Amino acid sequence: MGKRYDLNKELAQMLKGGVIMDVTTPEQAKIAEEAGACAVMALERIPADIRAAGGVSRMSDPKMIKGIQEAVSIPVMAKCRIGHFVEAQILQAIGIDYIDESEVLSPADDVYHIDKTKFNVPFVCGARDLGEALRRINEGASMIRTKGEPGTGDIVQAVRHMRKMNSEISKIVSLREDELFEEAKKLQVPYDLVCYVHENKRIPVVNFAAGGVATPADAALMMQLGAEGVFVGSGIFKSGNPAKRAQAIVKAVANFEDAELIASLSEDLGEAMVGINEQEIELIMEERGK
Amino acid sequence: MKIAVLAVQGAFIEHEKMLASLGAEVIELRKKKDVLQEFDGLVLPGGESTVQGKLIRELDMFDILKKKIEDGIPVLATCAGLILLAEKISNDTRKHFATLPVTVMRNAYGRQLESFYTEGDFGKLKNVPMEFIRAPYIESVGEDVEILSKVDDNIVAVKYNNQLAMSFHPELLSDTRIHEEFLGMLI
Repeated sequence: MGKRYDLNKELAQMLKGGVIMDVTTPEQAKIAEEAGACAVMALERIPADIRAAGGVSRMSDPKMIKGIQEAVSIPVMAKCRIGHFVEAQILQAIGIDYIDESEVLSPADDVYHIDKTKFNVPFVCGARDLGEALRRINEGASMIRTKGEPGTGDIVQAVRHMRKMNSEISKIVSLREDELFEEAKKLQVPYDLVCYVHENKRIPVVNFAAGGVATPADAALMMQLGAEGVFVGSGIFKSGNPAKRAQAIVKAVANFEDAELIASLSEDLGEAMVGINEQEIELIMEERGK
Repeated sequence: MKIAVLAVQGAFIEHEKMLASLGAEVIELRKKKDVLQEFDGLVLPGGESTVQGKLIRELDMFDILKKKIEDGIPVLATCAGLILLAEKISNDTRKHFATLPVTVMRNAYGRQLESFYTEGDFGKLKNVPMEFIRAPYIESVGEDVEILSKVDDNIVAVKYNNQLAMSFHPELLSDTRIHEEFLGMLI
């Protein structure tokens, strides 16, 4: 993978310490930009509504995405279905800044992910553990996010995924070099990527938190657990006062260790999204694409 | 030498690592309390200028930092940092410190598909690797602004008294010459 891949990984580096917000209209995109989003994710329905509506969920209308591209100056991302490389080709054709090959949409392929090395445009993919993350990177993803459980407003899965990834990284770091071959086999990932983790104590691309972030405290929790930035999906525009909540989450991510500040940011935010508990979920999105 | 790196959003850790490898002491600026400390140089990193510009104001860092820049503290600004310093942004109604007499255009090359790598001269430095990521460029400069680099006739790096600003990202690569030049401005 050449210079294009480096530039794509580096765009993710520029997004670090920031909040990427799901938006469904140009108006929401402007609210997000004004509130301090470092990028927006353009989609027709936010995950909470996808859950409510049911049915097959697909890439958004390119016209709607273009409307959002025109409305803001920050990077615009959009989702395609897992394995749906033609949706990805379309998003590349309209000049999207980042494609999210996302479990939030209905998978188009239950075996293969997109060969992302064939694209010039960068991809972000979800992962529940280190094996998934490294497999997606091997396929050409230049940014990783936890899957969490989108559209629930429940942070428990994102926490679980981030902790799992961290502990698996720690384990690889602690291994002897001659043990790395077996670890690569167990994780079903290339040996070279395991060596990278062993040497650098991290994955080779930026790692954000996603799925279930609803409050400034949720965002700061993920940052303290090692996330390099945060995606907020349904949490903002499903809440009582989106602009205020969005700004509070942005500031909480920038100062994720300052409890006094986060306390003041958490005051009077209005109603958080209602949320669904883990036990009440009928559709488990994190199971999609392994 | 103590260098303060604006750390509200973006690629600030990359600057910190490079400066530390050159022997500088590095602190992060995330809130008002941080900017009240003494420091000898300031780094404005890449990231999103809309986010950084908003946070430096709302976290009460703006006035103090602007004063320090006007008083002559050496500044190294990359990409979004250049936008924060620019007196005028041709395609944005916002402006920030406005201490550098140049007009910049945000996302001047277009979207991520137009991001690119090249090598070029930077003042006296030859063959400097340059990565442009949704980068701005400088459309025009005021009096006494020294042009250090041009790529395809567009101005991409300048020096104006204490301010060293560029569209690209020396912090992302292993070539440390630009950071060395910045540290040289502190002596």
